Amino acid sequence: MNVMDIEYPETEEEVARIVAGANAAGLTIEVRGGGTKLTFGRPVQSASTLSLARLTGITNYDPSELVMAARAGTPLAEIEAALAANNQMLTFEPIDYRPLLGATGEPSIGGVFAANNSGPRRILAGAARDSLLGVRFVNGTGEIVKSGGRVMKNVTGLDLVKLLAGSWGTLGVLSEVIFKVLPKPETAVSIVVSGLNDAQAAEAMAAAMAMSVEVSGAAHLPESVIHKVAGGRLTGGPVTILRLEGLTPSVEVRTTRLVAEMSRRGNVTVLDQAASHDLWRDIRDVKPFAGASMKPVWRVSVAPSAGHQLVAALRLKTGVDAFYDWQGGLVWLCMEADPEAGLIRQYIKALGGGHATLVRASAAIRASVPVFEPQPRALEALTRRIKDQFDPSGVLNPGRMTETM
Amino acid sequence: MTDLIAFLEPDKAVMARRPAIIADLAGLLPESCLITDERELVPFDTDAFVSYRRMPLAVVLPETTAQVSAVLKYCNDNAIPVIPRGAGTSLSGGAIPQEDAIVIGVSKMNRILEMDFPNRAAVVQAGVTNISISQAVDADGFFYAPDPSSQLACTIGGNIGMNSGGAHCLKYGVTTNNLLGVRMVMFDGSIVDIGGKALDSAGYDLLGLICGSEGQLGIVTEATVRLIAKPEGARPVLFGFDSSETAGACVTDIIGSGIIPVAIEFMDKPAIEICEAFAHAGYPMDVEALLIVEVEGSDAEMDAMLERIIAIARKHGVKTIRESQSALEAALIWKGRKSAFGATGRIADYICMDGTVPLGQLSYVLAKTSEITDRYGLRVANVFHAGDGNMHPLILFDANDPEESRKAEMAGNDILKLCVDAGGCLTGEHGVGIEKRDLMRHQYSDADLGQQMRVRAAFDPKWILNPSKVFPLDGRNGSQPGNQSARKTAA
Ligand SMILES: Cc1cc2nc3c(=O)[nH]c(=O)nc-3n(C[C@H](O)[C@H](O)[C@H](O)COP(=O)(O)OP(=O)(O)OC[C@H]3O[C@@H](n4cnc5c(N)ncnc54)[C@H](O)[C@@H]3O)c2cc1C
Repeated sequence: MNVMDIEYPETEEEVARIVAGANAAGLTIEVRGGGTKLTFGRPVQSASTLSLARLTGITNYDPSELVMAARAGTPLAEIEAALAANNQMLTFEPIDYRPLLGATGEPSIGGVFAANNSGPRRILAGAARDSLLGVRFVNGTGEIVKSGGRVMKNVTGLDLVKLLAGSWGTLGVLSEVIFKVLPKPETAVSIVVSGLNDAQAAEAMAAAMAMSVEVSGAAHLPESVIHKVAGGRLTGGPVTILRLEGLTPSVEVRTTRLVAEMSRRGNVTVLDQAASHDLWRDIRDVKPFAGASMKPVWRVSVAPSAGHQLVAALRLKTGVDAFYDWQGGLVWLCMEADPEAGLIRQYIKALGGGHATLVRASAAIRASVPVFEPQPRALEALTRRIKDQFDPSGVLNPGRMTETM
Repeated sequence: MTDLIAFLEPDKAVMARRPAIIADLAGLLPESCLITDERELVPFDTDAFVSYRRMPLAVVLPETTAQVSAVLKYCNDNAIPVIPRGAGTSLSGGAIPQEDAIVIGVSKMNRILEMDFPNRAAVVQAGVTNISISQAVDADGFFYAPDPSSQLACTIGGNIGMNSGGAHCLKYGVTTNNLLGVRMVMFDGSIVDIGGKALDSAGYDLLGLICGSEGQLGIVTEATVRLIAKPEGARPVLFGFDSSETAGACVTDIIGSGIIPVAIEFMDKPAIEICEAFAHAGYPMDVEALLIVEVEGSDAEMDAMLERIIAIARKHGVKTIRESQSALEAALIWKGRKSAFGATGRIADYICMDGTVPLGQLSYVLAKTSEITDRYGLRVANVFHAGDGNMHPLILFDANDPEESRKAEMAGNDILKLCVDAGGCLTGEHGVGIEKRDLMRHQYSDADLGQQMRVRAAFDPKWILNPSKVFPLDGRNGSQPGNQSARKTAA
């Protein structure tokens, strides 16, 4: 293989042959799906690139069984179109990183699962990894391996499916994914509470989640970011947004209850389905921090009630803008200048734990700052041992998750 | 007892050192935590897969994570097998010991450590029973969703070991979807915390891997679980059908329509008869199959959902419809279903299969299941989680008749192979244990199993943790001491 070759295998066997070849020759490979998240994570140093752009196609879809199987390179858009034609959807609402990263191209379904891309509905319906039922992949020695299957419940052996989800192509090259889908909700509305500060919003969201109304999205946008979403139509201070989805009669009953509860906390308006859809898409795709800027953006995952405390603490020390999803537990941070990795991670620890991922930054910063949360020693050693069991010679995506792996 | 399933041959050298080992253990934890007396060991010699029994060397019931750590480190240093144990309700033999092993039971670690409602999380010790979590948070309007029928007895540690499910998992998911974090003792005694109150954790999804790993990756001593707001109300409706096929088609249609009920449970005629005789739930006796469909929410919501579900059932020619009009009636409908295993146990011995199949294959697999049990001259009753295709054929037999016991096991194996061939898997929620271990090659290639075993070895290099389970005894790959496969014998 020449330096910087790009290979486009069209079958799983070809993927296996390429990886086995690289393994035998002591070479490394960058694994690429749609290439929309290339600048996410540490820059990979590899001899060649394996693109899954031609390993495509939906291989199995029976709408009445709520399961779909597709080759890893299949564009997400193709998957979503096929589902929409049957009034179905991916429940985990995958985030589209293109606006934030300024990327072009089409995200692939394999990339969505390899990065465990989950959006706002994660608080109710689970993450991408919860929808993933089965995988086929090629490990670092070129073996074809399958795990899981196409049934909803499966505890047969170790759940490698979960391990592969979110492994960023460092354990295996996904060749096919099988996942659960659901009917689209009949209707959706969003209840918007105005004027709450971050701490009050955290309380309001926790109260909403404690009600039996099945909130499917709970976000808070401080005043500094509201003009960046929903076409700038939100005005007049911070907004806390709660989404309800489901059968029309259910949503009606639940809206009444939730509005009654939230009216005691702030001024409440209700957005209809179309307006709700646009707003949540912008929240999902981190629109407040999208654009040409290369200001560092962090994705922080903490206990829901810790999110606003983290931001308050950071604001005393550094220039930072922020907004919250997942009831306050998913915090998007946009740093004014320095990424402040040490400070952020120190505060997260002090607030009970969680993790921070540097989603956007220049290549130089991403090579020098740990992009993914460094792990305690015992877990780091375990992670290393697991990696070695999939990819003993370090063929796949070297350096993507950590400097030494 | 039958002898179809082999265990690893016990290590005679370890057994010969029993007195010394017991003395060493006594130095690691209080006397009240150590069981060595023959009679007191008997309750630990099997789990709910009672056809197989093995006496352990000793049982320890630690009270702290530190004690678990000390014992595990000792066992690893001395190459003594360890069997993690919760309540011992495993249906696949996952908690059955072996003669050269120490059982580490978590039943004394049974405290709820924290209830954090703003973050909708509870932190509990591994030995708390499943139901006690829901009971503890009930007054505050929450519950813990996965609800195995054994929930009065089974522990959260065992639930994590088996990735257990229950009737209500159709809507809320199984253990893996409701687990936020664990504290786990590794093979060498080191203690790791994975996850926490955040919705996802850093690095590889180790939590997902640990769930369902059947005590082979470490011993869980604490868990952080997700709490969910209790629905305002729940209401089951009971449908009777003329055939299993129409009941099966009705299930597929309900799921496909966009309504996800909390539960869709299926019973065939033999199961209806057994449960009715025991629970007097008022089940219709003139139908071939029965569905219990439960919806949740406010009255208005439940009315709306049930109206649609009933319309679908009518389309499939439903013969009997019984909507519960009161909490009492709802409880009665569920009483029959929840007592299915107990009721069956009163009339015969049984083994419960657990294969899962794609929804479209339900009717086919049910028909084939009867053919298989007919062929062996055995009776079968089907009662299962239809909404997610998780079958539970109960094969009835007489355990005092060795020939019939063997037949029951063989029929079970045929049924599980049938599930795999229909596009499904060997086990949906009960785990592989010893029961399905030797069928693993029917579902997985050598490469698939090899990869799983290498991951296992990354957690437990000497294969001391529950070593007779999950992976076929022959052909275990080189990551473990080479003598393991040589040590395999018939039981
Ligand atoms: C009547 C009856 C009804 C049942 N209904 C259901 C049902 O509806 N759904 C369902 O899913 N199951 C069901 N089961 C099966 C069983 O109850 C579950 O598998 C349960 O989770 C086992 O929990 P336990 O505490 O008894 O664990 P055990 O049986 O003691 O152990 C189960 C497995 O987990 C491991 N383990 C136990 N504790 C730990 C720990 N702390 N750390 C690491 N590993 C550990 C063990 O080694 C073993 O492999 C039923 C069983 C019975 C007898």
